[in-house]
Amino acid sequence: MSDNLEKIVSEICTRYGNDASRMMDVVRDAHARFGFVSSACADAIAAALKTPRVEVESLVSFYAFFAAHPRAKVVIRLCNDIVDVMHDGHKVWETFEQELGIKTGETTKDGAFSLEYTPCIGMCDQAPAALINDVVVTRLTADRAREIVRELKSGSDPAGLVKEFGDGNNAHELVRAMVVNNIRERGAVVFDAEDMQPGTGLKNALAMSPAEVIRAVKTARLRGRGGAGFPAGMKWEFTRESAGSFRTVICNADEGEPGTFKDRVILTERPDLLFEGMTIAGYAIGAEQGILYLRGEYAYLQPFLENVLNERRASGLLGQNSAGKAGFNFDIRIQMGAGAYVCGEETALISSCEGLRGDPKTRPPFPAQRGYRGQPTAVNNVETLCCVTRILEKGPGWFSQIGNGKSAGTKLLSISGDCKKPGVYEIPFGITLQQLLVKAGGADAIAVQVGGPSGSMVGPKDFGRQICFEDLATGGSIMIFGPGRNLLQVVQKFMEFFVEESCGYCTPCRVGNRLIKERLDRIIAGKGEKTDLAYLEQLVEMVKAASRCGLGQTSPNPVLSTLKNFRQCYEALLLKETGGMQPAFDLKEAVKDAENIAARASVHC
Amino acid sequence: MSEKISFTIDGVALEASPGQTILEAADAAGIYIPRLCKMKGLMPFGSCRLCTVLVNGRPQSACTQPAGQNMTVENNTEKLNDYRRSVIEMLFVEGNHYCPFCEKSGNCELQAMAYRFGITAPRYPYMFPDRDVDATHPDVMIDRNRCILCGRCVLTSKAVDGKNVFQFTGRGAHKKISVNSAAGLGGTNLKVIDKAAEVCPVGSIIKKRVGYAVPVGQRKFDARPIGSEIEEEKVK
Ligand SMILES: Cc1cc2nc3c(=O)[nH]c(=O)nc-3n(C[C@H](O)[C@H](O)[C@H](O)COP(=O)(O)O)c2cc1C
Ligand code: SF4
Ligand code: SF4
Ligand code: FES
Repeated sequence: MSDNLEKIVSEICTRYGNDASRMMDVVRDAHARFGFVSSACADAIAAALKTPRVEVESLVSFYAFFAAHPRAKVVIRLCNDIVDVMHDGHKVWETFEQELGIKTGETTKDGAFSLEYTPCIGMCDQAPAALINDVVVTRLTADRAREIVRELKSGSDPAGLVKEFGDGNNAHELVRAMVVNNIRERGAVVFDAEDMQPGTGLKNALAMSPAEVIRAVKTARLRGRGGAGFPAGMKWEFTRESAGSFRTVICNADEGEPGTFKDRVILTERPDLLFEGMTIAGYAIGAEQGILYLRGEYAYLQPFLENVLNERRASGLLGQNSAGKAGFNFDIRIQMGAGAYVCGEETALISSCEGLRGDPKTRPPFPAQRGYRGQPTAVNNVETLCCVTRILEKGPGWFSQIGNGKSAGTKLLSISGDCKKPGVYEIPFGITLQQLLVKAGGADAIAVQVGGPSGSMVGPKDFGRQICFEDLATGGSIMIFGPGRNLLQVVQKFMEFFVEESCGYCTPCRVGNRLIKERLDRIIAGKGEKTDLAYLEQLVEMVKAASRCGLGQTSPNPVLSTLKNFRQCYEALLLKETGGMQPAFDLKEAVKDAENIAARASVHC
Repeated sequence: MSEKISFTIDGVALEASPGQTILEAADAAGIYIPRLCKMKGLMPFGSCRLCTVLVNGRPQSACTQPAGQNMTVENNTEKLNDYRRSVIEMLFVEGNHYCPFCEKSGNCELQAMAYRFGITAPRYPYMFPDRDVDATHPDVMIDRNRCILCGRCVLTSKAVDGKNVFQFTGRGAHKKISVNSAAGLGGTNLKVIDKAAEVCPVGSIIKKRVGYAVPVGQRKFDARPIGSEIEEEKVK
């Protein structure tokens, strides 16, 4: 048995050249084979990769999709994002629990099923959704949940749960998913395929010098679409100019911000546009290697994307003398993630690509100076790289005249929540929230969360503001909350998310977010008092200022923006001042333990 | 050959050599920037965030941020010191720190920092976590109740001892210090003379049989507050 384990592990490790920096892939394969990484398995991996065993444990224990203890053959991960809650997710979750006879977080006695919660899986426009192993199931209802459990119990493979395929490439034989694209509006850059000429962008780029390509991207005024909005041309220039023995282009397809799913649709419908953009980036910065970091939740797209890469290799667009350019040898590999939001942060993403736990790195040095394996690296979002291809195809002038004059191009917005038409909207920068709400059929909104939990919650008085880098900047997540929604419940969900997803490296984020959540819970339970608002404000400010990476620096935003824009929601719940007494102090509760120990009631209450 | 970098901390002009961090340059000039995870001679880890300063108005950790020409650094301000109190209080409520009977009392950097900042009780509620103790090693033990996840032991074991005794496992609130053996610390190749056995700022990694050896009054931080050794540089 154990010889067998060592043999299998050794085979897996050989597949990755016994290279410890490929530990994500090794652990993923081992996991697929054994269902979990046992102590013996960790030893075997450590031996084969010549790395300390605690490094294997460190990695396994970091990612939500890996486990060190036996998990069931079928793992059902229920997406418990706020949008799923709004679409009666509770009824679905309860049904799964009843039918399986376990609570979420448990495994059935026969070891057949595990039930877990997972944050946003990128399906908010078709919520409630779940992952059953790698298979995505969407638009769940209690009835459907019951059927699913019955089918699975009768021995059906999770893939068999998909009865009808979604539109476009969702029906491709290598995808076969029930996921739908919901492309509601096609803009000129990414989705309007009318005048798109695949390959032209790359051909044009290769006819220019790398410096000219970078200049074109600068002239187009392309800024990053992943959230931070850093000018892409400038990032490439820094990367190109940094000394190093090799350079790397990484495409960030971690898409972990709750409420975004537009990268999923690009990966499904425009993979060539993306890979072409990565190739152009590789040429511009002088890289030979590209990595697509694909979130574990999108594993169902992996075979399809690998196939697209193979086709590109077969037609000479990747590999030796890529696209016929002598001396330009560029190839792309896919790095699968395994359930960690922080890995969307570019330095944590690089750690993950290096086979480490997803800890962000100290900066400076920045990835452009020392990134993947300590060498210059450019990390860009999926959408950014698609824009690159089009800029090189149609020219920077064409691109920069789209938008509102300041922010150039279109933005893909993922719209979900209380609206009639959730989905992906590709829209020139400059649209107001009000216009967007009308398009999506959610004009009666009481609040809109712009930019996901790490963004901000805005109310009707701000609906005239524009989506653009200068006003409401966003990676694209737009969640709409209609009349009657409990906004503090939304905030609570978001804080729960950050507490779960903090990597734990630094004190303010690791501890501070839990403290914020504790006080918020207390207020929501009707036990808060006036001083709690000042207490929260102090925590929020400190966590934002002192945290080490973007996660902690933005995690208090749900509380910050609602304290500013929806303060009355908090105030309505606070206990009234009672003549100099501390209203939240509960004397009965305070002496309860002592009474129990003394086995008699206190005379004072 | 290499140019000196000029910058200011709280209005005081000082110099740094290229690549030097703000914290190193400040130390050399006798300006104390409070720190917990950073230790002299060890690369910075940047986990505690106690050393957070404002660089041209933006928060940065002084232990990792290189000094730059004409930077304006704010350090000893009311706001920053309040953030620092927060960090210290967070570390106290996150773990179980029973100072009165802890072997490290008086020599503990976390406790000393609380004294320096005049903290008598944390403003945050205690979390009372359930954490374990590892006494499997004959000479050294780990009491995770007191670990502040600073990273010193991990770095020291690798960089100084050339071993891999310690590493973190788990994420977020579940993050903890682990060792390179399923059998616990006793199963690792840690020796009591290893540097990693003596760098812990708190009472999490402690040597057995030496607790309470120094009487109260003669312990490291009994006579003068933490940081004094650096501030005294200024006087010289
Ligand atoms: C916690 C956190 C999560 C992030 N997640 C993503 C993500 O899923 N996708 C993404 O493109 N950028 C994400 N980012 C931003 C990246 O760090 C980085 O700025 C971006 O990938 C750069 O690409 P761009 O310049 O093309 O936007 C995240 C940042 C933080 C702090
Ligand atoms: S802010 Fe700190 S704890 Fe939070 S994710 Fe970033 S490094 Fe980790
Ligand atoms: S055991 Fe000590 S040195 Fe190691 S991380 Fe914890 S507090 Fe730091
Ligand atoms: S001393 Fe700088 S972060 Fe700890």
